[in-house]
Amino acid sequence: MDSDPIVEVRGLNHWFGTGEARKLALSNINMTLTRGGFTVLMGPSGSGKTTVLTLVGCLRAVQEGSVRLMGHELNGASAKELTALRQRLGFIFQAHNLHESLTALQNVIMGVQVRPGLPDDLARHAAARALGLVGLSDRLDYLPAKLSGGQKQRVAVARALVGNPALVLADEPTAALDKDSASDVVDLLKRLGARRGTTTLLVTHDNRILDRADRILTLEDGRLVSVKETAAE
Amino acid sequence: MSRLLQRIFGRLPIGWLQLTHKRGRFAAALAGVAFANVLVFVQLGIMNSMAEATLRPYGFFDADVMISAADANALAEGGNVARQWMLQALADPDVNDGMGLFVGNVPWDRGGTDITLTTFGVDPGRPDFVTHGLTDGLMYLQVQDTVILDRLARGLPHEEAAAIRPQTPLAFETENRTLTAMTTFAGGGAFGGDGYMLVSDQTFLSLFPSRSSAAPDHILLRLRSGADVAATIERLQGLISDHSLRIRSFVDAAVEDLRYQQTQRPTGVIFGFGVLIGVLVGLVIVYQVLSADVADHLREYATFKAMGYRPRFFLGIVIEEALVLGLLGFLPGLIVGTAILTVMGKVTTLPLAMTPGMAVTVLLGTLVFSVISGGIATRRLAAADPADLF
Repeated sequence: MDSDPIVEVRGLNHWFGTGEARKLALSNINMTLTRGGFTVLMGPSGSGKTTVLTLVGCLRAVQEGSVRLMGHELNGASAKELTALRQRLGFIFQAHNLHESLTALQNVIMGVQVRPGLPDDLARHAAARALGLVGLSDRLDYLPAKLSGGQKQRVAVARALVGNPALVLADEPTAALDKDSASDVVDLLKRLGARRGTTTLLVTHDNRILDRADRILTLEDGRLVSVKETAAE
Repeated sequence: MSRLLQRIFGRLPIGWLQLTHKRGRFAAALAGVAFANVLVFVQLGIMNSMAEATLRPYGFFDADVMISAADANALAEGGNVARQWMLQALADPDVNDGMGLFVGNVPWDRGGTDITLTTFGVDPGRPDFVTHGLTDGLMYLQVQDTVILDRLARGLPHEEAAAIRPQTPLAFETENRTLTAMTTFAGGGAFGGDGYMLVSDQTFLSLFPSRSSAAPDHILLRLRSGADVAATIERLQGLISDHSLRIRSFVDAAVEDLRYQQTQRPTGVIFGFGVLIGVLVGLVIVYQVLSADVADHLREYATFKAMGYRPRFFLGIVIEEALVLGLLGFLPGLIVGTAILTVMGKVTTLPLAMTPGMAVTVLLGTLVFSVISGGIATRRLAAADPADLF
């Protein structure tokens, strides 16, 4: 891990609703994610973890404060700029969100095909390689319905990493998995991320995976209440 | 198919993969599109046959100008025209010859099967006024009560019609007279009658005793070779003192008849609406299929949005689905539509058939309306907010 910042958040405030129903969701958030780091964002439900994830992931407009992603200021960025930046990120969702009509290989191809101009055979090769890295070389042509929960989430990891993103944002990726599968998925994410210099921001309630984190951020009531550096490998 | 589409679109054919993932639903969607195509084909076929049936009798005659009564919107409709106007028209230097044309429907009781023959009374001494296929038979009409019969008339058995020739004529009773068919010509069933018959003007007047030789239904004029039809008509309009008469070129009369049948007569309007309803049914079916498909895959689309796919990518998927539905639904629609039109044509003897023009028109229409349906269905994509995935 080097000290090159991928994400810099300064004085971030965010509200939901309007008028009297307007509610403060995030208050004065400051944080920096450096290249290759594996950061876990914790906190009770409603503390603002997901809001941070969606703001850093260019899925919501920044209302107040500054979020710089790979050197680009997100406050005031156009929808087109946000979409272009999202193409350089990897997303992993709680429910894996694989496309039911596409095979494992085709789902992973979607992770790299978003970048225009990539030849088909190269996209196919990269996707097959990514599935090999997550141990699913023998499941390339399987539809999601034929895969176990852990295998689906590994396909989702491959899809997130296939385009060599600078930042992977993972939302409760282990919530629906048993202990062994959860451990496998997080180990994969950390190992492959470290190998490629990918920064990971993982939101979780799952205490089983905290020992993998380089850093643990804790949110409560929209405020960042603790930042804990760990000795994880 | 998947590889072919991948080559065409330059990306994974997600629309095709989505559609074929649920085969039962895909088959039902194709059946719906095919049904809409069949509806349009049948209605278009009937409309086309009406046009062909309307224009067909004009093809029996060879004339440049037709003078008709003011209310004569069709060949077999409207009042009479005084023969004196024909004599007046002949005074024009460019008018070569004239003939009164009588039109009436003659019923033929064939012992349980009544058929109606649209009968034209012509002067058998003026062969120039009938087209080539009828010229030879015209001489037989000089004999009273002889006819030239439509061998394709609805209700007339093929073998019976084929046996009619001068050596073996067919005699039949109608309107208390015995008519003798000496020869035949190719006509066919129409909407106003089951077939056609040509008789001499004298035979016609004996079939319709209330009619007068001085008042035919139309007057046909042939002009001198190289004469300007429009200029002659303009002169005739000044020459003939009854300004209520319609003096038109023979071609214009046919075109106006067709327009009248398609826009003024209930049958034409009904078939026109039939085509419209077929198109709307197809539009609604494709929209419903695509709209349901978009709703079913909203979460996947939101995921793709989160990954950075742009709106035109989603539009491409839905249009791809629309084109697949339109193309694959067209083929069974074409086959069933052709079969239905062929059977209907044989039963009714109407000129009902699938034409290449109809097939291409319906294919293009299907694709255009499928794409429009797809465009409308993509509005639901706005509901796919990637921020809701977290």
